[in-house]
Amino acid sequence: MLELKNLVFEVPADDGGTKRIIDDLTLTIPDDRFTVITGPNGGGKSTLAKLIMGIEEPTSGTILFDGEDITGMSITDRAKLGIGYGFQQPARFRGMKVKKLLDIAAGKKLPMLACNEYLSKVGLCSASYLTREVDKSLSGGEVKRIEIATILARDPKLAIYDEPEAGIDLWSFDRLTETFRDIHAARDGRSIVIISHQERIIQLADEIVLLRNGQVVETGTPEELMPKLGFAARGLDDYGCPLSTPTELHLTEIPTTC
Amino acid sequence: MAVDLSPIDEGLLAEIANLHGMPKGAFNIRKDGELVERHSSAFIEISTKTDVPGIDIRIAPGTKGETVYIPVIVTQSGLKDVVYNTFYIGEDCDVKIVAGCGIHNHSDQASEHDGIHSFYCGKNSRVVYVEKHYGEGEGTGERILNPTTNVYLEEGAYCEMEMVQLRGVTSTVRDTNAELGADAKLVLVEKLLTHDRQTAESNMKVELKGEGSSVQVISRSVAQDDSVQVFNPLVIGEAACRGHVQCDAIIMGNAKVKAIPGIEAASEDAMLVHEAAIGKIAGDQIVKLMTLGLTEEEAEAEILDDFLS
Repeated sequence: MLELKNLVFEVPADDGGTKRIIDDLTLTIPDDRFTVITGPNGGGKSTLAKLIMGIEEPTSGTILFDGEDITGMSITDRAKLGIGYGFQQPARFRGMKVKKLLDIAAGKKLPMLACNEYLSKVGLCSASYLTREVDKSLSGGEVKRIEIATILARDPKLAIYDEPEAGIDLWSFDRLTETFRDIHAARDGRSIVIISHQERIIQLADEIVLLRNGQVVETGTPEELMPKLGFAARGLDDYGCPLSTPTELHLTEIPTTC
Repeated sequence: MAVDLSPIDEGLLAEIANLHGMPKGAFNIRKDGELVERHSSAFIEISTKTDVPGIDIRIAPGTKGETVYIPVIVTQSGLKDVVYNTFYIGEDCDVKIVAGCGIHNHSDQASEHDGIHSFYCGKNSRVVYVEKHYGEGEGTGERILNPTTNVYLEEGAYCEMEMVQLRGVTSTVRDTNAELGADAKLVLVEKLLTHDRQTAESNMKVELKGEGSSVQVISRSVAQDDSVQVFNPLVIGEAACRGHVQCDAIIMGNAKVKAIPGIEAASEDAMLVHEAAIGKIAGDQIVKLMTLGLTEEEAEAEILDDFLS
């Protein structure tokens, strides 16, 4: 079980003060639960995920994992406790083979068959991927799917996926949705937190958490929240995104000699 | 004259040539400027040069699937060993050559080995050359390796060279020269890791003389601590040819890396490309591996290991 208590995360603002990205957020994610965090861009979703993994350190507040205070714990130790993280924009590694990355994720040498299975679950249905390098020779969508495969291979107790659908084509997305549905069906004490804007992923959730301005605005089942999210998409009520004042353009600062 | 091999010698041989005991087939093992053991095979003849120190290796036309080992080890301090090894590879061969030099220096005097290797690759022959340089020993004496590699590829010949220097070499100046005939192809892969106050300089000059010839130069290096590396790869295209030079370096600590890839074309049909990049290990790579349970140090080691693999 993951418990976030009065979590605050601030960054320095342009005016010399601070800006709150996560604002006194309290949230509990029980075991065996499929949670989707959604909400407008800039609402603090990715930051929240990074705070859980330990990639960012909270300004104040507490994070408990299975009752243990992990607020000051390193990324490595959290990983060893069973927290996994699928990056929105995955890193690339020159010289590292896909197979090696999957082995590192699993913490052991994986049989080829198992590797192929992880890859096919993310729609990479060719064994030739195993010997490819995770570098710029792979497309964005391929790297993204390999990233998700590493989390499948790692099989953490709590898996956080930051926008797994971003950069993935429609056909692969179908396969991915199926995979998340399967994980959901056989979750076996494991929890999944997915940050997503995708209706089809949101529909899979046991619980939807709507995050805005660094705060949990609402939680509920898809049945309860989906209609409201639908409105939000059309901007019909206060879930919509208000138009902000355009930033002032300093034309003199934009170079015109290219 | 035969010299016995000590455990240190055997360790060096394992490190540079992956040799455990005497290899099968043709080989020549040299230690401290002297011959330890040599063996020719039915199609590969190794003989001592008469004018300068070194050996001639003659590979009969049509020889396929054979491997030649010519490792050198230096365990004596204060020794400067210069050796000329010349390979004459006949037409239509398919062979592998494993060279390399390991220095174990336990004193405060310098040990140096300068190997001048020349390869004459006959028409349509295929050669894979692997060279590893390695230094060890608790002494403060310098471990110096200055290899010169000359490659001449005749029509349709293919040569793949992997030259690796991973640890312990105080200073190195590496000169690589190549001339390619029509439809010949050369792949030059250089991997370097320097640490402490080591220096490394790599100069390459590849002349694409024949129509349809091509070269691919791949240099990957890691410069740690206070070490300094300089790369000067130059590809010259004199015919309808293709050349690609890629220098990729990871810089750490107070190290310095200078990469000056050059391309020169003297034919309107020459297609030459170069790219060079120097940078530190990306933070997102370390973080990703940490989320997979590795410590920061383990993540860094893993990234370097893959980069140089």
